Amino acid sequence: MWSLGPIGFTSPLLLWALALLPVIVYLLRAVPPAPIRRKFPGIVLLLGLKDKESQTDTTPWWLLLLRLLAVAAVIIGFAGPILNPRDQSVSTSERLLIVMDASWGAAQDWDNAKAMAEAILEQAARDEALTALVSLTKASPEPTFVSPQINSALLDSIAPQAWEPHEDDYLALAESLPQESFDTIWLSDGLERSGREALLDALRSKGRVSVATPASPILALRPAELRDGTISVTALRSANVTPEARIRALGLDPAGIERVLQEQPLSFEAGALMATAAFDLPPELRNRLTRFDIADVASAGAVSLTGDALRRREVALVDTGASQEGLELLSPFHYLREALAPSADILSGPLEQLLLANPDVIALADVATLPPIQNAELMTWVENGGLLLRFAGPNLAIADRLRDEANALLPVQLRTGGRTLGGAMSWGEPKALAPFKEDSPFFGLTIPEDVSVSTQVLAQPSPELAGRVIAELSDGTPLVTRKTLGLGQVVLFHVTANAEWSSLPLSGLFVQMLERLALASGNRAQLIQDLEASTWSPTQIMDGFGALTSVDTLASVEGSTIASGRIGADLAPGIYQANEQTIALNAVAEDRILEAATWPSDVVRIGQEATETKDLKGALLTGALVLALIDIIAALGLTGRLRVAQILVFSIAIGVLSHGAQAQDDSFALEATENVVLAHVLTGDDDLDARAEAGLLGLSQALFRRTSVEPAAPMGVNLETDEIALFPFLYWPISPDQPIPSQEAYAKLNLYLQRGGLILFDTRDADRAGFGGGTPEGQKLRRIAIGLDIPPLEPIPQDHVLSRTFYLLQAYPGRFDSLDIWVEAAQANAEQIEGLPFRILNDGVTPVVIGGNDWASAWAVDEIGNRLYPVGRGMAGEQQREYAYRFGINLIMHVLTGNYKSDQVHVPALLDRLGQ
Amino acid sequence: MTLPLRTRAEEVAARFPPLLVRAETLASSVIMGEHGRRRAGMGENFWQYRPATAQDDARHIDWRRSARSDASFVQDKEWQIAQTVSLWVDQSASLDFASGTQLETKLQRARLIGLASAILMLRAGERVGLVAPHIPAKRGSEQILRLTSALSETQAENAPRAEHFAPHARAIFISDFFSDLEAVETALTKAASLGVSGLLLQVLDPAEETFPFGGRTIFESVDKRLEFETLRAKDLRPAYLERLAERKDRLQKLAQRSGWHYQVHHTDQSSTQALLSVYAALERQR
Repeated sequence: MWSLGPIGFTSPLLLWALALLPVIVYLLRAVPPAPIRRKFPGIVLLLGLKDKESQTDTTPWWLLLLRLLAVAAVIIGFAGPILNPRDQSVSTSERLLIVMDASWGAAQDWDNAKAMAEAILEQAARDEALTALVSLTKASPEPTFVSPQINSALLDSIAPQAWEPHEDDYLALAESLPQESFDTIWLSDGLERSGREALLDALRSKGRVSVATPASPILALRPAELRDGTISVTALRSANVTPEARIRALGLDPAGIERVLQEQPLSFEAGALMATAAFDLPPELRNRLTRFDIADVASAGAVSLTGDALRRREVALVDTGASQEGLELLSPFHYLREALAPSADILSGPLEQLLLANPDVIALADVATLPPIQNAELMTWVENGGLLLRFAGPNLAIADRLRDEANALLPVQLRTGGRTLGGAMSWGEPKALAPFKEDSPFFGLTIPEDVSVSTQVLAQPSPELAGRVIAELSDGTPLVTRKTLGLGQVVLFHVTANAEWSSLPLSGLFVQMLERLALASGNRAQLIQDLEASTWSPTQIMDGFGALTSVDTLASVEGSTIASGRIGADLAPGIYQANEQTIALNAVAEDRILEAATWPSDVVRIGQEATETKDLKGALLTGALVLALIDIIAALGLTGRLRVAQILVFSIAIGVLSHGAQAQDDSFALEATENVVLAHVLTGDDDLDARAEAGLLGLSQALFRRTSVEPAAPMGVNLETDEIALFPFLYWPISPDQPIPSQEAYAKLNLYLQRGGLILFDTRDADRAGFGGGTPEGQKLRRIAIGLDIPPLEPIPQDHVLSRTFYLLQAYPGRFDSLDIWVEAAQANAEQIEGLPFRILNDGVTPVVIGGNDWASAWAVDEIGNRLYPVGRGMAGEQQREYAYRFGINLIMHVLTGNYKSDQVHVPALLDRLGQ
Repeated sequence: MTLPLRTRAEEVAARFPPLLVRAETLASSVIMGEHGRRRAGMGENFWQYRPATAQDDARHIDWRRSARSDASFVQDKEWQIAQTVSLWVDQSASLDFASGTQLETKLQRARLIGLASAILMLRAGERVGLVAPHIPAKRGSEQILRLTSALSETQAENAPRAEHFAPHARAIFISDFFSDLEAVETALTKAASLGVSGLLLQVLDPAEETFPFGGRTIFESVDKRLEFETLRAKDLRPAYLERLAERKDRLQKLAQRSGWHYQVHHTDQSSTQALLSVYAALERQR
């Protein structure tokens, strides 16, 4: 290979063709662009004119340059240029073993590692060497040397895994190495692990070893830990390079979409390999937290799943039995409930039941004695990691037995009686709280000034007392004491849980104190016990890049395997579930420290970033093609064949096409709004739709003849696609099998009803059923109306304004004559003035009229005005039809004029005032 | 043309109605009406009342008017007289050109304007004739059909002749005036000597006005008899435009000298506009 700077050529002899360029220049200059023939009557005026320049027949210099570049690009392209051709120094042997770590550490720089492996294989193919490819995180057989092409295909199946190679993996490979000598290229993730040295020694005994490590240091996250109410996340780095990282807390938002809940910058101190970020998330967010990760680092190690560890606590409030109805504010648990409800799940009930539920926290308010069995059970529960939260009270203060024997379920011994401060019979003032000490879990909380304690129970002085006080009053008497008991703890507030003895429960401090206490109650012993006993099924598994995929086909894992903590091919990091408990397994263990591997000096280090060879042939040929296209356009322009106008017209035409759909919409809107248009809802039943349209046509004609309302032809409206706000009135015949409107259609309908539209529902079943009867239409109407925002209804009253908007009516018949017509209920305060026939109801048009009289059939006419359907018999029937029309006219008048007719009731009063 | 007579006839007939219909539509957009002489004379329309003189016949006295005063009045009518209009539409092949597909050819436009103004004037009661091929000036709607058929054939000869001019008639010449101007000049001179005045309407394609060409181009005339090659058409533009302006100027001067009007019409303009200018030009002379 012959190379020129960073570019090498596979067939440099072709470059001699560049010598032909001057010839091309000569040819191009000699041949002018082809002429275009044009008809032109004005030629008479042109005859005798002379061209100004005699040289214009040659190709202009820039076009010449363009063409030369294109030809040169083709020649150079075929000469096979390669950017950064790989040195052959990496391997001279005819056998080459490629070892890949393929752990989560390698995922961070996987693209480069893979590109490098590809490059090595390509190079090996050019050198006609045999290669073998081994991934340490994948159980691979003994490395066998085959042609590099086979390995190239194999390379695609190798992906970084979410775990790391174990010592066994290293040793297994070291033992299965072939007999003959070979060179090795180790694409390592650069982390030190036990067993690596052994493998390296084995490889070095076979031939030269070259090692490639990622350019950037590996970053990882340890599992998140809860400490005193804040979540601390520790980040690790493998080298002293990256000073900054951003830790993101990810979780679901209320809609169930994963979002970044909080993001914190993290800076490593110089020389430190780990740094900790503290997340102080509100309980609401903490409950939704699913994982932490390092922004912009795609690796399983940089993801820390949280699982159950940060979940919402269960707090049990133990009922003492006697419930005092009506004294809610005096209830000992009222303030506890209020304080804990946002951050915890609250259980309440008798103690024996609550113990079965195994809550994280049990709160006892002023319970002095418990039955011995429950006492023992409670004790066991606390020793297994429960948090018992107790509050003092009169019962506790007077109970003698507690002081006689040191009750194990109290942190301190109590003195009889307690004390009252600042009461009518005492000298002192109510006491305030002293600042929290540093070893107190409450340390750092600010104490409001208005919190005061007037009564408390007092602790018996004892040597342990000082160590157990976690909050005290300004005079040094304990307010909150705590003692550990087995894995759990007991906390006593020396005041009541209600506001009787102190104002503490009223303050925000109380909430913060409870949060700190309740959050510190992770039930670890329980979890370990569960682990041993059960089998866990993976629900989500992480791949090497830290992406979670839901799985439901993987085999369950024994609890003991999880407890062993050996992450590997048979225990992939992810979320595992058993009995409603979930556990998160992370790629990085809690005590992991990343350490960069050190390599002996005879191992050749090859950087990954410098080895990117790039074949420039494709780019050059593409460039030549682009240049040729530009040349075509330029040549067309030069000979006058290209019209700018044509290009413009073409691009405008594309723009115009996109306006087509809009125009159609407008025509519908125009048709609907140029005049009053009565509309009916298309039900999908062709016969019914035709009947509704004919009915509205008949009504429109009647309106046209008799009133000043002159409607245009009625229109059918598709609720899903058409805009209904354009119509003042919708006729909605109900058929049993019409579809229920979609959510969007309901939104439109409700808006329509709110903004003053009127829908006439017609179940057309008045001959068969009373209103709301069990006819299919009636049931359908109910189902449709569920989604509608319909006000309270009442059967149409005798004085409803519909009875007099145009005609005076007493019945509202259609094809059937039923009085079961429902409209919006009148206001309750409507009053009837003496001497007036109507109540005063001046507001609002009823948004719906519901009936079953099949009005459309009574109104229906064909194009030439013939009645389509019979109504009743003989003259009586015709009279009924006439009343049907009158009802229709009254209804449309009601829609269009509102309660104008109702206002008429004021006319006598107005006339009276005018003195007429 | 070696096509059978029948085919040609049908071809012509097929073109007939559209041209006629379009010309009629165009003509109806301009209401001309009977044009009076603006003085008393023979006619049908009322002109003025004047006191009766001794020469007036007693039966001419307008009794209705006279009854309102002591004197007797006679009702004068406006003098109306038919005018003879000679029309020449250049139908040579060189006009059969349009620079764009949306544009009409100059020939179509020239025929349209010619026929439409003929219809306009025939409706107004004038006598209209054609110069070449010669159709004697006549009145009536029959003449429309004769003119239409004459204006549907391409003519090889394209020089206006002044032989058939009636004295003091009006004339309209429609052409692109790209051919030899001598013939036009001769015709105008003769027309002027006969007291004939009229309008020169130059119909041009927009491309001929702007010369939007560039690059190496071979221009050829419509009948392909002439050819002209240029290597950079763009450079010729100023010279071409100068020559065009010169030609227009010459026509303008020619028209002025012989008391004619001169108008330029482009095929991308509305034909109504051209018809209005024809109307205005003829009206102005009366």
